[in-house]
Amino acid sequence: MVIRRCEPGQTFRTPGSHRLITIDHARPTLQQPQIDNTMKILVCVTSVPDTTTKITFTDNNTKFNKAGVQFITGPYDDYALARAIELKEKLGGTVTVLNVGEADTEPVIRKCLAIGADDAIRVNADPTDAFFVAEQIAAIAKENSYDLILMGRESIDYNGGQVHGIVGELLGMPSISPVMQLDINGDTAQITREIEGGKESLEARLPLVLGCQEPIAEWKIPNMRGIMTARTKPLKVIEPTSKDTLTNVASYELPAPRGNVKMIPADQAETLIQLLRTEAKVI
Amino acid sequence: MSVLIFAELDEGKLRKSSQEAIYYGAKVAEQLGTSATAIVIGQADDSELATAGRFGATKVLHAADSKLNEPNGMAYATVVAAAAQQEGTKVIVLAKSSLADAMAARLVGKLRAGLAANVVELPDLSNGFRVKRSIYTGKAFAYTDLTADVKILAIKKNTLAVEEKDATASVETFSPALNDGDFGIAVKSTDKATGDVLLPEADLVVSAGRGLKGPENWGIVEDLAKALHAATACSKPVSDLDWRPHSEHVGQTGLKISPNLYIACGISGAIQHLAGVNSSKVIVVINKDPEAPFFKSADYGIVGDVFDVLPRLTKAVQAL
Repeated sequence: MVIRRCEPGQTFRTPGSHRLITIDHARPTLQQPQIDNTMKILVCVTSVPDTTTKITFTDNNTKFNKAGVQFITGPYDDYALARAIELKEKLGGTVTVLNVGEADTEPVIRKCLAIGADDAIRVNADPTDAFFVAEQIAAIAKENSYDLILMGRESIDYNGGQVHGIVGELLGMPSISPVMQLDINGDTAQITREIEGGKESLEARLPLVLGCQEPIAEWKIPNMRGIMTARTKPLKVIEPTSKDTLTNVASYELPAPRGNVKMIPADQAETLIQLLRTEAKVI
Repeated sequence: MSVLIFAELDEGKLRKSSQEAIYYGAKVAEQLGTSATAIVIGQADDSELATAGRFGATKVLHAADSKLNEPNGMAYATVVAAAAQQEGTKVIVLAKSSLADAMAARLVGKLRAGLAANVVELPDLSNGFRVKRSIYTGKAFAYTDLTADVKILAIKKNTLAVEEKDATASVETFSPALNDGDFGIAVKSTDKATGDVLLPEADLVVSAGRGLKGPENWGIVEDLAKALHAATACSKPVSDLDWRPHSEHVGQTGLKISPNLYIACGISGAIQHLAGVNSSKVIVVINKDPEAPFFKSADYGIVGDVFDVLPRLTKAVQAL
């Protein structure tokens, strides 16, 4: 969809950024300008505790307790992946899954391949800092010229919701979140984004970085054939290109339990309003 | 060195969440021995902007270029970065919102700033710069050190109890260079409920689930919300069934809210729902099933039929 010609060593300014980008990997050049008619989509996924997990910590509240915890693809990332697969089926192209995580995230990556992604990259590092994760994604994106970089609106562990915006800024690309609807028409994306109390309809040229949420697509469940083929799909493991972090978790804490619930008989429901006024003082 | 607060407008007025952010930013400025400056983008009267002083800002930078009339996270990040540079800012404060979140993430990339989202307390400056933030969708907190030169704090609603004072802020026009590349996203249309209390900003929320049996029964929920001047919300199944718009869905994959009062009607209280509302100050649960797990996480509970209880509560509120 996007026409690009670049030579090794070529330097250019990306739109919307003062950053200079140098092309250091040759893309195949043909006699005629290369027109890439298919979508190249990168989907970034997180491996996070299942939404029903009871969170606990160990080592004097400095480590998340993984014992007995089921890890899943981030629910928002799952929506992004599902839409990417639909777009690929409709328009042709490839879907690459990217995860920044240690070896124990591979079951989540294999599941994404089973759902229909073509290949996967794992950056071998613990993703504790949003800027660090964004730099890894941006480094890979710079080498591969994706038309779309999709991910969940936020990870459900740290809930930062920043990685898409940082990646967009690092690449000089527009970023939009949270995206509830995405359609591609030529090199233009039609997008619905949720805002407070409603939604807005947006239009932007590719390439784009998008943070996704429901109802952009229905979650997909892998079928047996998908699970079988996923075993042999390429999963490349690379080391992080930079180590910079801007935040560092010192310790964790669980919320204080709520006091006992005060039950009010249904036939005296009106007393609730008095209690909210005089005791809880919230109305 | 002043602390910079990104304050948002809604119809030319400072948003309530932004007033909280200004108050929080002014407290951080006190901790640091400096002043608080608010950056406001869009059309507003000077008299309205000066009210930032009531919450502790001494100065307002007002960027009113007409190109900025449409909310635009990328362009706003360019403006805030320029304001941060002019003020020599090391700490930027904002209240989480669809616009502020988009703006802040771009700002991290521009300034290599460390961002902590969902901050719930003032920072601890006794040893570096440590903040307490909510993680795992409200199920835990992380004490996080911000190690970058510039720090961005995105605060959760109800982080501090705001105390207003009798003061006004000086207002200065701010006209930084804008970046054409920031205007690549065209807003085609906006579809937004007007006149209602915005859910993310609401102090009081009345929420309902499948126990209401159908969208046609929402009148009793709306009546109570109206009597209380509360916003309405709903559980995920209700939004999935299209009984209510998605923007009302609170829970793990919907909005996370922290109002003063959350009244849950006919919601059983699955852990995914609790995640979105458990930082509410006071939780009331009304459910006909005495075994509903939500009662364990509530401050007040009524075992009863919502179709009987809600209208009676509405009458009791109206009688106040």
